[in-house]
Amino acid sequence: MPNEVTISSIIINDYERVLTEWLKVQSAEGVKRTDLVSGKESEQQSRDLLSAMAKAMPKEATDDNLDLAEPGWEPVRDALETIAENRTQRGVSTTEMGWFIGALKQPLFKILQGEIGEKPRILMREIWNVTRLIDQISLHAIETLVSKREAIIERQRAEMTEVAAPVVKIWDSIVTVPLIGTLDSFRAQTVMENLLDAIVQWEAEVAIIDITGVSTVDTMVAQHLLKTAAAVRLMGAECVICGISPKIAQTVVNLGVELPNIVTRVDLESGLAYAFERVGVIAGRG
Amino acid sequence: MTLKTPSDVAFARQAAARAMGAIGASAIKTTKFVTAVSEIARNAVIYGRGGVISFTQTGPSGRQSVIAVCTDRGPGIEDISAAIADGYSTGKSLGLGLGGAKRLVDRFEITSSSRQGTKVTLECGPR
Ligand SMILES: Nc1ncnc2c1ncn2[C@@H]1O[C@H](COP(=O)(O)OP(=O)(O)O)[C@@H](O)[C@H]1O
Ligand SMILES: [Mg+2]
Repeated sequence: MPNEVTISSIIINDYERVLTEWLKVQSAEGVKRTDLVSGKESEQQSRDLLSAMAKAMPKEATDDNLDLAEPGWEPVRDALETIAENRTQRGVSTTEMGWFIGALKQPLFKILQGEIGEKPRILMREIWNVTRLIDQISLHAIETLVSKREAIIERQRAEMTEVAAPVVKIWDSIVTVPLIGTLDSFRAQTVMENLLDAIVQWEAEVAIIDITGVSTVDTMVAQHLLKTAAAVRLMGAECVICGISPKIAQTVVNLGVELPNIVTRVDLESGLAYAFERVGVIAGRG
Repeated sequence: MTLKTPSDVAFARQAAARAMGAIGASAIKTTKFVTAVSEIARNAVIYGRGGVISFTQTGPSGRQSVIAVCTDRGPGIEDISAAIADGYSTGKSLGLGLGGAKRLVDRFEITSSSRQGTKVTLECGPR
């Protein structure tokens, strides 16, 4: 093992362990659509994607400079292409595709926690890096899946970018869910229900909702966030909303929406810092 | 384009963003306009029994703006100034859509009658 544990070093060195855990989460989350994609195929696809990641990672940035369009990420883009091709033919939905990739977060968090749990600040940075990377891969996979469905008319495409992502446990008593795409329709409800279930299941004290991937926060989305925060509070947990960009903040203020009693943070990293403080992992900020 | 379902609202948002892109609008103005369009389009779907929205560009080149016109043939709004007031809703929502949209754009016009339905015009410049 190299002396510094990062997401890259884990995927490169702990390949088999990550894969095994990932497959386990896939079946636990019910994202292994065994009716559509066989267990064997799923395993092969997971293996291909992971090794493509391992191939790209020594060369490409996984920090703020992450850019999946860089040439070094080509193996990952190719693997996603093949997976999307296969899954389009089987009629896998965008949500299922999102969950399939999103399920990779939990094992990575778990390993990170085990390896660098005693260094919360480095851990936070790496959790942030994992989240960004997996979300981008997931989004890319979905976009590829969608563009493969030539038969669908453009109109339906708008809704296709609505993605439900899995809730993941980041730390004892901290869960997080990223919201990606648009939040119209019943998916908003689904996300809330999943989050509340996860709070119960993992006895979470803090729920972090990451809205970095939400392009528009209108009054409907805002109302949904308010409702979710209220429900989270009723369950005795606290809700932190992070990923509110300056332009979204300004727009929300113009709309006249107030978010009373909701903790908000600029990005996931500061959201995590707050959550860690709350559950007593680190005292104060430095 | 037609507004009938929530996915049409998402589609209208994408069209709004493209129109703002075409006039070289700033990110903040684009976000504001897209959000305003989202509010108005959703109102047409929820309260106006569905409608139509169109986007056009006006003004001299270099200083163009985008105009969105959204019309429906729904029941109309009885008291427009009450409806624009913050917190007024006949649904179970926040009642900030009309007032919010008005604050987000450079020009906001609304006409409504029980016979002709509702027409909302939004205009937004690039900066
Ligand atoms: N297109 C429309 N047709 C009929 N009534 C409308 C329309 N748009 C808005 N309204 C009325 O104006 C009220 C306020 O709208 P809005 O400010 O968007 O708040 P909300 O959507 O939260 O109710 C609505 O509750 C509805 O009664
Ligand atoms: Mg409204």
